[in-house]
Formats: sequence, C-alpha cells, structure tokens
Amino acid sequence: MTSLRNEVLTRGRPLPLPTLDTAPFYEAARRGELRFQRCTACGTWRHYPRPACPECMSRDYEWALASGRGEVYTWTIVHPPTLPVFEADVPYNVVDVLLEEGVHFQSQVLDCPPEAIRAGLPVEAVFVPVDEEITLVKFRVTPDQSKPHSE
Amino acid sequence: MGEPNGLRDRAAIAGIGHTEFSKGLGRSEYDMAVEAIWAACADAGISPRDIDGVVRYDIETTDEEQLLSVLGNPEIGYFASTSWGGGASASVVVHAAAAIAAGLAETVLVFRSRARGKNSVFGKGSSLGGRYWERMDERLPELNQWHVPHGLVSAFQEMAMITRRYMIDYGTTEDDFAEVAVTFRAHAGRNPHAVMREPMTIEDHHGSRMIAEPLRLFDCNIETDGACAMIITSSERARDLRQTPAIIHAGAMAAGSHHRWTSSMYSRSRDDDSAARTGRRLFERAGLTPDEIDAFFCYDFFTSFVIIALEDYGFCRRGEGGSFVKDGGLSFEGGNLPTNTNGGQLSEAFIHGQNNNLEAVRQIRGTSTAQVADAELVLVAGANTDPTGAFILRR
Ligand SMILES: [Zn+2]
Repeated sequence: MTSLRNEVLTRGRPLPLPTLDTAPFYEAARRGELRFQRCTACGTWRHYPRPACPECMSRDYEWALASGRGEVYTWTIVHPPTLPVFEADVPYNVVDVLLEEGVHFQSQVLDCPPEAIRAGLPVEAVFVPVDEEITLVKFRVTPDQSKPHSE
Repeated sequence: MGEPNGLRDRAAIAGIGHTEFSKGLGRSEYDMAVEAIWAACADAGISPRDIDGVVRYDIETTDEEQLLSVLGNPEIGYFASTSWGGGASASVVVHAAAAIAAGLAETVLVFRSRARGKNSVFGKGSSLGGRYWERMDERLPELNQWHVPHGLVSAFQEMAMITRRYMIDYGTTEDDFAEVAVTFRAHAGRNPHAVMREPMTIEDHHGSRMIAEPLRLFDCNIETDGACAMIITSSERARDLRQTPAIIHAGAMAAGSHHRWTSSMYSRSRDDDSAARTGRRLFERAGLTPDEIDAFFCYDFFTSFVIIALEDYGFCRRGEGGSFVKDGGLSFEGGNLPTNTNGGQLSEAFIHGQNNNLEAVRQIRGTSTAQVADAELVLVAGANTDPTGAFILRR
C-alpha cells in the first residue's frame, strides 16, 4: 500500500477557495487591505467570517479595515513530517497573531529565525500575492521605532 | 427541566471486543470493524442479531448499511452518529445510554475502526486510511482555509500552538509532558496488546525528535490500525449476561466553545471551554466529586492535553497538573489518579479513544493488566477540544 500512499499524496500548495462568506476578505487582501467583519450594532470585530455577531447576535456588519498591527499570541515551529510543498521550509514558524482589533489570525512571520519568535513579538501585516485570485496575509516583525536608524 | 440525570445507572457496557493493534495490518476498516463487533457480542454472550441500535462516529467509513448486511440482519430501531474523532469518543457512549434510558433501543452497538498506520492508505480522500492530512484538497472552501495555506496542516501542529500558549499561561513544562509519556509507556509494557511496549525514560522523551515545537515525537499519539467495539444494554439485562456490568452512572456533553478549527480557538478562557463545561455537568449529574474517582481515562492524543484534561475535569487546579503527574502521579500503582492504564493512545493504539473506553470497562471488571485495586468509579473523557463528552462508569 506504500505505492498508493505516494500516488495520492498532496504535492501541490493548498490554497483557500473563496466562498460566499469569505470572498470579501480575499478581495480586500488583493488590494493590500486587511479587512474583517465588524458588527455595526455593538462594534465587535470577528474572524473567521460568519453571518451574525457572536456577542450580540446582530446580523448587521461591515467589512472594516484593520490596522494590520498585532503581536504573536502563540506559535509553533514545524519540523517533519509535513506536506511535501512545505518540506523545503522546515523548520518554519506558524503563528497566531492577536491583532489590535482583538481578533486572532493565523499566519507566518517572514524573515524571522525560529529562535526569535516569542509571545508578545510585535508584528505587522504584509501581503503576498500567490496567483491572480489569492493574496495571503503574512506578517513581519515591526521595526523598533525607538532604535535610531543606522547610517 | 426534566430529571437532572435521566440516564443514571440505566444502561451498562456488557461486552467489549477488539482486533489486534499494529502499525499496519493490511486489512480494511470494514473487516476490522466486523471482527471487533463479533468479539464484543461474544464477550457479552449475545448474538449480533440482538443488536437494535447503532451509534458511530460521523467520520466512520463503515456505515449502518454495510454493517447490518453482515450481522444477520438485525432489526435496528435507533441509529445516530456524533461529531469528529476525539470529540465523539465518549459521546457515542452517552448517546447509547440515553437511547436505552429513553426506551428507544435495548442493545446498542458502539464501535470505531481505523486503518491509520502511515502506509495504510486505501483511497484518495483524507478519510480513507493513513495520515488524513497527507491528502489535503488543493483548494480549501472550509475553515481550514485559514491555517493550512500557512503550513499548519495536521492536528499535531495545531495542538502544538495550544500547548505553547498553555505553557505560557500556566507554567506547564516539557518535563511534565515526559512524565505522562513515561507513565503510559510503563502501563503499555504490561499490556500484551499494546503496540509500543519498550520502556521509556524521561531522557528518552527529551531525546525524541521535535515534531511541532514544543511537541516531540513521544508527545504524540501513535499511528495504528485496529478496531474496537462495545455492546451497551439496560443495566437490568446486563446483570443477566456473561460479564460484570460496567454501569453508566452519568454522562454529559458540551459543544460550542468556538474552536472547531483553530482559527478562533482562543476566544474563551479554558475554564469556559467545552471540556471544563462537560466536567462540571458530569459531576453535578453524578452527585460525585473528583476525589471520589478511582481511575481516569482521558483522550491522550498529546501528552500536554492529558495535563490540561486533569485540570479541565477538576482533578487538580489550573497550573497544578505538572506537580500532579510528577513521580508516577498517573501510575496504576499508588498514583494520585491512575490514568490510561492500557498505555493509552500514546502507547497502546490510537482508535479514537475506543481502546481507552474498553480499558475503563476492564478496570470496573477487575481484569486490567494494570489493575487499580478496588476500582469502583472510573471517569472517561473525550478529547478536550470541541465538541466533547464524558461519562462515569461504576461497578
Ligand atoms: Zn454585535
């Protein structure tokens, strides 16, 4: 059965298939905007997209623009085994970012060694186009404002 | 509100059966299911034709139609399935007990069959054997679209993230995880059916390779083939059957703590999570307190989640799981709370909790290979994710 395993193994890169509920998120990401649903009755932000507010049950919402700023809430460093398409990147990080708006968003911090990832690490969103339809939202470590620029 | 515990002591587990467990048996899930079911019927001393109810996991590939055609065409008056793998593991028993208490069935079959050794792939879909996450759709319309594209593809990677945050919030350590792995392996060493029986030390655990930090290989459930089944009937009838009945004293379930996938798993406190809610309901319905429980069976998909479960179910306070498990705290011999005395899913087999359910019955019967002296009350919990369930067995 080993050969069957090899035959059916996913080798491509899994990507989101936008749905009626999630398409506005990906349309915004393509424009370089991070947008989440925000309840217009009570103001609560939410992610993943859903048809009513988990706090007040209102069905009224907007796709509001988020700051893109947040901090790492938790993370893992992935070692083998993982899907073949990700194997070249091991060990790689996957993080849960707690955004300023109060929503959690799972992604990766780019250009950051595994040992530098920690809870509370300030990060900001960057937009990585994959194809015409999908732009993935990734993060970078927020430049330290207090440090003087090197000349 | 009706009777607060309408199923109290009404139903009992009267028969248990399983196949051999292995990293690869080369058998179909259908075939293994039937062997386990026949073994459970024989153990109870009934014919498969006596079965009049079936409760299964919704992800089970052997459905009612396939089953009934080989069980002598029993007359089925009740059937149900519950969500997911770990979440269903105890809930299936609660459903069966509820059906019997309500008079909808008299003899209910509960089972799970899994061909999940690494090479036990028997089809393209992720439910068809082997590692489910190795056959991922390349376009994801479901909620996993929010994490899989970033490289978070499997349960062990997802649970690593929860584990990391738990360590930050409650001070749980890798040494605590090692204690769990070592104790369960010692239990497995006494169990001839266990797949992993070689003794393990704390150093062995710490030396095992990283899988998804902070989880190492020896923190993760094993990948196995096998099937388990049980026959649940009215307590009255169970007393007339072959085995000492394991009476289902109380059951509870909870759903809705918002983390079906990991995209919003941190939206509630751990004490407001489904496992903690299940625990509170269960003890209230049972009229018992955690210190009265003689043995515990939790869903040990990862060592860290054993410690979290001890805290979720109130056996110790938040953050005290580490000291609770230290120095053999979960051992069948003299531990604070003997836990997963079969070796659990870390060392015996990974049959989505059913192998732990069967061992809970053996503890009540007094037939375990790691028997807890005078075990009278045993608590069995499903995975402490969402949704979940739990039940208490008594002699
Ligand atoms: Zn609202």
